[in-house]
Amino acid sequence: MFTKDRWKEILEVLTSNWFRTILTAFGVFWGIFILIVLLAAGKGLENGIRSNFGDIATNTMFMWTQGTSMAYKGLPKGRRFTFKLEDVAAIRQKVPDLRFVSPRNQLGGFNGTNNVVRGIKTGAFNVYGDYPDIINQDPMGITSGRFINQLDIEEKRKVAVIGVGVRASLYDVGEEAIGTYIRIQGVNFMVVGTYKKNSNDGNAEEIQKEIFIPFTSFSQAFNQANNVGWMAITANDNSSITQLKEQIFTVVRENQKIHPQDLRAVGHFDLFEEFNRVLGLFKAMRWIAYFVGVLVLLSGVIGVSNIMLIVVKERTKEIGIRRALGENPWSIKLQIVMESIFLTIMSGMAGISFGALVIYLINYFLASNGPVEMFVNPSVSLGVVLVALIILVVSGLLAGFIPAQSAIKIKPIEALRME
Amino acid sequence: MIEIKDLHKSYKMGSNSLHVLKGINFSVEEGELVAIMGSSGSGKSTLLNILGMLDVLDEGSYTLDGVPIKDLNETKAAQYRNKFLGFVFQSFNLINYKSAMENVALPLYYQKVGRKERQEKALKYLEQVGLREWADHLPSELSGGQKQRVAIARAMAAEPKVLLADEPTGALDSTTSYEVMDLIQKINDAGNTILIVTHEPDIADMCKRIVHLKDGVIVEDKKITQVRASQYV
Repeated sequence: MFTKDRWKEILEVLTSNWFRTILTAFGVFWGIFILIVLLAAGKGLENGIRSNFGDIATNTMFMWTQGTSMAYKGLPKGRRFTFKLEDVAAIRQKVPDLRFVSPRNQLGGFNGTNNVVRGIKTGAFNVYGDYPDIINQDPMGITSGRFINQLDIEEKRKVAVIGVGVRASLYDVGEEAIGTYIRIQGVNFMVVGTYKKNSNDGNAEEIQKEIFIPFTSFSQAFNQANNVGWMAITANDNSSITQLKEQIFTVVRENQKIHPQDLRAVGHFDLFEEFNRVLGLFKAMRWIAYFVGVLVLLSGVIGVSNIMLIVVKERTKEIGIRRALGENPWSIKLQIVMESIFLTIMSGMAGISFGALVIYLINYFLASNGPVEMFVNPSVSLGVVLVALIILVVSGLLAGFIPAQSAIKIKPIEALRME
Repeated sequence: MIEIKDLHKSYKMGSNSLHVLKGINFSVEEGELVAIMGSSGSGKSTLLNILGMLDVLDEGSYTLDGVPIKDLNETKAAQYRNKFLGFVFQSFNLINYKSAMENVALPLYYQKVGRKERQEKALKYLEQVGLREWADHLPSELSGGQKQRVAIARAMAAEPKVLLADEPTGALDSTTSYEVMDLIQKINDAGNTILIVTHEPDIADMCKRIVHLKDGVIVEDKKITQVRASQYV
């Protein structure tokens, strides 16, 4: 089937009219090139958005309390309530597949009150009471010292991890922050670490101006008893928080004596759902890229089919001679189809290579001219290239099929009579 | 070798049907050199096409070397043509982008003969027709007589049972015609069965038997004394 003679013949036929072959090949070349570039551009946009999400654990939900909206068990509607540490323990115990359940408390600096003092410098910062797990849910780079650890929690140590923004407001340049004390609403905390978060969003500056202290120290220092302000809950990688969240709400409702149908009592933000919605957008974009690319490719393929029909027409007499000499019709068909596939694959490969070159150049310029908002590392995966190759083989097959059929449809005797 | 009984063939031309062969009975023994003669429209080419399995018969039977030829699909027909028959055409029908040797080797390729053996055989047959040194030339570089000799070598290469020649000298001048006939006679002398369609009496006289066709029936079928073409060369 793939003998040397067969290949020799394919090359003889395709090289007998170079100009025509190249023009035909260009259609397929262009189609696959467009497909690859569109997919790469989509990927670049996707990478851009993904980098905005950063390395935040996306399988995460945030949960807070709102007033009840239904009376239940003798309790009135409109009742205010707070999460307790018992709720956290109950969630951990009753809902499986949760990776982190982090209770959090917060002192707001957002309303402008200067709540942190160091010497003669003051500032308004968000102060969080947190467990060590939070660094996995809301990642940050520790630039010096350490983050909160379990011993801090157990011993209720008054230690703080401050952002680089906090450090810049409260310290002089080059001053050592570790080991110094800052006063948060009248309580002294020792700085044990500094952090820097990655972001290129609008809140890039804000998130560097946060202070993390141990949850237990927060509760004690600011009279929170066992209250929990809100929670950040992350599911295991193989399950989705969007599916688990109803179970969590049920547990909370039981604990807090909230009516089972009261949907408003517990407020939440499902990061995973949002993330999936954005991912869905990229899925749609990928389909559009395939759709447009394949349509452009299709016109190229029709060109190939057209030329193959002409080639068959030109060679009608030759095909008649071959059949008179005893060539099997299947062999003739195979020859035509292989010529078509060969031409498609060759021009497709050229298109893929050229597309890869263009992507490389774009990446090169992105790298040398600095990052562009929302567009990072456009690329196509090996999988996409394989899909493109499969599309090429299939389209080559389709392009060759009709001409091959027409090549053997005409009887050898009629083919021989043609001049 | 060839046995034909009560052969009918008609063509549909629009609403009319044209009855070309009206009951042919005809047989050829091994080693014969038969000329089929007749004016144009007498059905001689149609007969040859049916013998060559390029066309199918409507009625009657056709047996070639003991094998009944009927209900052939294209694949089977191709296989039989390759195994049983060699064709020589008026217009040579060489493949113009292949060298003389490649042309001769073509039927062997369809028999799936190995590359090396194919080339050796092709050269051997080219040698027999006296064109060994032209093996690498393209058909466009050969004269008419040379082309026809390559075509004959190609027809012989597959060692067929019967050689069918449709006006083999129709496109050649008389000197070249006699050269080609000389070659055909020599091949016949070696024991091959050959059928030639011609309308030239002098060519027919160089065969051993003449079959005259007129309006789709055989009007005359006689054995003759062969005129050797070598005396004209």
